[in-house]
Amino acid sequence: MVLAVAFDSAGGAAVKDFIRPAELSQFMFDFMGWDRSLSDRASAPTYPCLIDERHLVAELYNMVNVPTAVWIDENGSIVRPAEPAGASDVFRFMDRQTFEIPRDAAEVGKRTKTVYVEALCDWIEKGEKSRHALAPEEVRRRMRGLSRDDSIAAASFRLGVWLAKRGQAEAAQKYLGDAVRLRPENWSFRRQRIVLSDPALTGQFAATPEYWEAVQALGEDGRYYDPIRMEGMPPPYRAK
Amino acid sequence: MAQTILYGNQVATVDGARADGDHLWVPLGELEHSTGWKLQPQGLCRGEACVPLPPDRKHDWIDEGRGQLDIAAFAGHLGALAVHDVGNDAWSFGPTMSGRGESERQQGSGPVSAPDFSLPDLDGKLHSLSAYRGRKVFLFCWASW
Repeated sequence: MVLAVAFDSAGGAAVKDFIRPAELSQFMFDFMGWDRSLSDRASAPTYPCLIDERHLVAELYNMVNVPTAVWIDENGSIVRPAEPAGASDVFRFMDRQTFEIPRDAAEVGKRTKTVYVEALCDWIEKGEKSRHALAPEEVRRRMRGLSRDDSIAAASFRLGVWLAKRGQAEAAQKYLGDAVRLRPENWSFRRQRIVLSDPALTGQFAATPEYWEAVQALGEDGRYYDPIRMEGMPPPYRAK
Repeated sequence: MAQTILYGNQVATVDGARADGDHLWVPLGELEHSTGWKLQPQGLCRGEACVPLPPDRKHDWIDEGRGQLDIAAFAGHLGALAVHDVGNDAWSFGPTMSGRGESERQQGSGPVSAPDFSLPDLDGKLHSLSAYRGRKVFLFCWASW
């Protein structure tokens, strides 16, 4: 079964229109790497869609971006730890004026998503016999430990969200900024902070100039999403 | 002065709590509802896990006269570091650092257990991961931003 969790400090107000979306544009299919044959967005989800205002699940599973997923077997054991759920960096090659993504980049994005979904289906069908279900040793090897800075960053983020919800915007931004500074690779911290800096951004994609500057600062060798280590996955796209 | 404590998934304002620099003294009677920890003969316990109090630290952490525990010191011992906002009398505790009392999840052997959690849906109904034991779960995390 699917268990969806939204990391949105604004709660239901931010996510309700996403859970039951209107018709999606071709841009969203290209941007997200969806193939129309894989998705039917006309129907509301039949699985639980939960709201995680303080990013608890992100903290428990050490997630730093969305979309991210974890595969959990019938015994409550992790068979694939947190990794991008078929997401890739192709959006970084989008023309920000025309919103066009180069066709070859879009194809890599689509292939990344398709391989991921096919692997998921393979595991659903075959369980522990699936080649995509990782042995416990490999699950541990792929799990990142928490450093001192990680613990302080999480505490700072949580405090920032709490202060924001109490209307203490300035104090909130200080602690949210601390969290971003301590964990610059945590895009959930960064983007949630941007949204909480302006109530008008609630429920929005929040691709502000600050966001794009941070994305650009990654440079050619930086990664927004870690490459997914999965059999059959295409290599990350590189502009020619 | 009351102190608000953000620990684990709990948020509690404790009237009898006392901040003293990096120390956060919490009345023993308020400890469990604010942090989930409870002082037992075998140490501090949270659920089924108990942490013995090091003999050389016990008197630093427990003010027997006032019946209070320095939760910041204890949590720091576990590797769960705190951030204190003095102006708002608020303390936020982070997750435990690796190698400092972390569960078998990363340091043990055998299957890696998925941490449980409970969160509401749009209607406010709580769902726990553990309720879906017996089924494969694709835990998919996303956001509107």
